[in-house]
Amino acid sequence: MPRLDSTRYTLAFATGVCVVCALLVAVSAVGLRPRQEANQRLYMEKNVLLAAGLIQYDEDLPAAELRAIFDRNIEVRLVDFATGDLVPADRVDARGYDQRRARNDPAQSRPAPENRAGIARIPNYGRVYFVTREGRLEQVVLAIEGLGMWGTVYGFLAVDRDGNTVRGLTYYDQKETPGLGGEIANPKWQALWRGRRVYDDNWEARITVIKGNAGPAEQDPLRVDGLSGATVTSNAITRLTQFWLSDVAYGRFLKKFRAGAST
Amino acid sequence: MSAIGSLAIGRRERSVLLDPVITNNPIGVQVLGICSALAVTTRLDKALVMGVGVILVAAFANLAVSLVRNYTPGSIRIIVQLSIIASLVIVVDQVLKAYLYELSLELSVYVGLIITNCIVMGRAEGFAMQNPPWLAFIDGIGNGIGYALVLLAVALSRELLGAGKVFGLTVLPLAKDGGWYNPNGLMLLAPSALFIIALLIWLLRTLKPALQEKD
Repeated sequence: MPRLDSTRYTLAFATGVCVVCALLVAVSAVGLRPRQEANQRLYMEKNVLLAAGLIQYDEDLPAAELRAIFDRNIEVRLVDFATGDLVPADRVDARGYDQRRARNDPAQSRPAPENRAGIARIPNYGRVYFVTREGRLEQVVLAIEGLGMWGTVYGFLAVDRDGNTVRGLTYYDQKETPGLGGEIANPKWQALWRGRRVYDDNWEARITVIKGNAGPAEQDPLRVDGLSGATVTSNAITRLTQFWLSDVAYGRFLKKFRAGAST
Repeated sequence: MSAIGSLAIGRRERSVLLDPVITNNPIGVQVLGICSALAVTTRLDKALVMGVGVILVAAFANLAVSLVRNYTPGSIRIIVQLSIIASLVIVVDQVLKAYLYELSLELSVYVGLIITNCIVMGRAEGFAMQNPPWLAFIDGIGNGIGYALVLLAVALSRELLGAGKVFGLTVLPLAKDGGWYNPNGLMLLAPSALFIIALLIWLLRTLKPALQEKD
């Protein structure tokens, strides 16, 4: 047995510990990944249902039931941001489409025009979720994202069939300061968005998170209460929401959606 | 004695397992691991998962540290312990993400903190380095249980008094939902955990006068 305090032995022992620990971590990470990805997807689809108001926050439904509600009420399609038209359902599998990967793939995305939402690239296609209840198209859920204070905020915005009124909002992945900016994930704050309008009379995306309190939705439809102590996050939410509703992103689609829905 | 030590539960093993549960409780007597006890005790389900996580990590970290204790160079023993603990914590985090995804979203910050949980490190350095693997493993379980027990006691009082619930089920109907109970909002904030832990330590010292230091 070599001396425990020799430099060579110490180095060899340290290397051995590293290799064994690395193996342990790698095996568990790789082995469990398929399950984790399935969980992530289920969680995302659950958030679509939350945004659409098909399930409530305090409901604790098993995975199978969530999938059933999703399959029954939601149709996933892709929108071509350049034209605002729906991508034919047989061309790309909309439900399996990975918008985050597409955004980073030069073949499937383009540089975003200058914006204040911290968005560098936007994908060519964006996902939309059509929400039907009892055979009637009720609303459409849009995927939104943008730079918050500490990282990218990902969420869903549900818009009524008038293409303007907010029906619901969730953020399913965010790293904002817990208790301050992190309150964007609080269902009580998200509920303040319901019934407000995203566009003004000239169809400009105007919805703004203000400092202080906004009036009730009917009188003050374009403004939402700010989060105290979280000015950076509040402003970031304003910018990213307006960005995704502009003509660069879902704006063109919503115009056509409005026209189609009103006839 | 073999390399593992005897796998039986004798008197020594029993005291190693049971002592840290009450008489030598890591939070109540050793006053270790207070930080996470404040953070994860607003709800019982969080406390339970955290407790199970610490039991597993403490037990297997002790086992691994003890297995290599006679081969570990003294100059790097702390970092070796830390690597073992950190790897185990990552495994626990991955398992949570795979099987309890939504809970892992809320807990992942604290699960990472198990690495710095004084109990795990303290037992590895203070016990596993001097004792055979089987005994060290039992010591890890015992200390984990002691930690989990305090966590559950604190979480029970906080969830019950702060939200009127136990494991998410309403026990005291809240006034705002038409019941009679007005929840104590302080219970949901971190300071209340300090008060409750202080009360528990007081209780423990009153019941076990042997714990009181002489002035």
